[in-house]
Amino acid sequence: MSELLAPTPTGGPDFVQLLTPEGQRVEHPEYSFDVGEADEAEVVRGFYRDMVLTRRIDTESTALQRHGELGIWAQLLGQEAAQIGSGRALRPQDYVFPTYREHGVAYCRGVDPLRLLGLFRGVDQGSWDPRQNNFANYTIVIGAQTLHATGYAMGVQRDGAIGTGDPERDTAVIAYFGDGASSQGDVNESFVFAASYNAPVVFFCQNNQWAISEPIERQSRIPLYQRAHGFGFPGVRVDGNDVLATYAVTQAALQRAREGNGPTMVEAYTYRMGAHTTTDDPTRYRMSEELEKWKLKDPIARVKVYLTRNALADQDFFDEVETEAEQLGARLRDGCKALPDPSPLSIFDQVYVEQTDELAEQRDGYAAYLETFEGAH
Amino acid sequence: MTKMTLAKALNAGLRKAMEADPKVLLMGEDVGKLGGVFRITDGLQKDFGEDRVIDSPLAESGILGTAVGLAMRGYRPVCEIQFDGFVYPAYDQIVSQVAKIHFRTHGHVRMPMVIRIPYGGGIGAVEHHSESPEAQFAHTPGLKVVTCSNPVDGYFMIQQAIASDDPVVFLEPKRQYHADKAEVYESTPLADAQPLFTSRVVRAGSDLTLLAYGPMVKTAMKAAEAAAGEGRSVEVVDLRTLSPLDLAPVYESVRRTGRAVVTHEAHSNLGMGSEIAARITEHCFYSLEAPVLRVGGFDTPYPPSRIEEEYLPDLDRVLDAVDRTFDF
Repeated sequence: MSELLAPTPTGGPDFVQLLTPEGQRVEHPEYSFDVGEADEAEVVRGFYRDMVLTRRIDTESTALQRHGELGIWAQLLGQEAAQIGSGRALRPQDYVFPTYREHGVAYCRGVDPLRLLGLFRGVDQGSWDPRQNNFANYTIVIGAQTLHATGYAMGVQRDGAIGTGDPERDTAVIAYFGDGASSQGDVNESFVFAASYNAPVVFFCQNNQWAISEPIERQSRIPLYQRAHGFGFPGVRVDGNDVLATYAVTQAALQRAREGNGPTMVEAYTYRMGAHTTTDDPTRYRMSEELEKWKLKDPIARVKVYLTRNALADQDFFDEVETEAEQLGARLRDGCKALPDPSPLSIFDQVYVEQTDELAEQRDGYAAYLETFEGAH
Repeated sequence: MTKMTLAKALNAGLRKAMEADPKVLLMGEDVGKLGGVFRITDGLQKDFGEDRVIDSPLAESGILGTAVGLAMRGYRPVCEIQFDGFVYPAYDQIVSQVAKIHFRTHGHVRMPMVIRIPYGGGIGAVEHHSESPEAQFAHTPGLKVVTCSNPVDGYFMIQQAIASDDPVVFLEPKRQYHADKAEVYESTPLADAQPLFTSRVVRAGSDLTLLAYGPMVKTAMKAAEAAAGEGRSVEVVDLRTLSPLDLAPVYESVRRTGRAVVTHEAHSNLGMGSEIAARITEHCFYSLEAPVLRVGGFDTPYPPSRIEEEYLPDLDRVLDAVDRTFDF
């Protein structure tokens, strides 16, 4: 990894860290882990639980792909802290525009993990109603959703839902994307639009170091968070494997947006410990020692060490979380296999709000054709 | 009733739509103070404010992509693409997002959006300013594509497109913007106007059916007039809607006339004419006296403007095709 792009090993102003890989709490001059009225230890235990369950969603789904139950799965292994830290900083009225890897954020928003599988099983292309959880459907075209987020934020502005001081009204939008997407025109255009209109949007980049086989050096000669300055809004780099720091930094960025102070870019510096997707083979393009180094920075392990060492959780707690993860895994296994295939004729139904005669005719023609087969009923 | 050009009619239609629904927004390059390079949005920012008539950064994908987000928030964006040849940076957002979101979300999310594109040639412009990309949008499920040929249709169709809950690509024949004036009855309720996704017989005839849309309707009418002088009675249909196509009146016509010619400025290869010819053949096979002929732009890039009249189908090329159908 190029020294130019890597953060200083001890943190520093361009790398916000509040919990070290060794499980030590550290101070940062600008950001602190503030949970308001809540019990801090309980919140951290909650993050631990969220991350363990998210990892289980991921490993279970990977296994389901290996067993042929999913066509493909986009793994998030290693990115749990980035997703839970940012996801838990959101309020119900905030709106999320994810990529196809935001399983942890989806979980935070209350989307049933089983629903995530539809896309990857090939029975659905967007199986949850975005309006129910303010969580848009997964976007596969790289970076396209950052513009949707910016436009949505422009709508929030027009609705007067920023800067009122009402914590239940003021709204922020968050756009997730990756290091590869940062090269896309749409991402750069979304920065321009958001800056131009001072839109209440947080650009949350999970820099997991790899865009399939291409390392971050192929995308950028400067740390990604520094790009924000060129567009005229602040950028901050956070240890994306540190759930406390990610929560703190995202919370501040969201609040800034809700108050009407415009966009922020957050670069969550993390690592894709698995493959790009289950069809990818990272041994073809990266050294195993790199993975070994990052395993020492595991986002979940450091929280467990912290909770244990400070007697904030006992073995019963960890056992309970493990049991819950087992139950979730079993539910996903059974639920996945029970997901029904869509009916062939259903593809004609939602092309338009107002069905066209020509498409209705095509549908009827195909229905009549199907009827000609024996046992059609 | 007011006599107005197509440009004025579109402006009046946009104004009416904005008055009718506060969620309607206009966005595009130079649509605000300048009123658009063709002045279609003239005066609207002054009256509706910068929040509703949005001068966008110079980025077409940005315009369409942010419009998607605005639509998700409950707005009805009307996006202006400055010229036909500049729509391609936004093509991905239009084809992969705008067209598919309703389908992808099982109807949970609608895209009530209008994408206005001035199109076609004949104005002596430089490259990328005279193209006819309609087939590229009509080919895409999830989009609807319409085009107006005259001020009256322009006034009503733009309002109907904005009222549609489906995304509509609205093609405006730029060489007609300031060409002719027509009487527009602005007090006519929208509900009483001809439905948006329908074609119209604009001249009755009995020997041949001539199909046109947008800028070519005027040429087709002249061709029919000239043919009448030679004793041939040509029925002219203004298609108005390209996706969906409304061909029932065309089939009815062709069954009477036995001959059909389709004309458009766009390239002939896989142009709208190809699809229309196929459908007429399928539906009117036993009535046809001759194959359906196409008169389109050539299958070349749009040429330098000094020779664009050679490229654009004109009266003579249309009449030549009409004559050829009588050789069979």
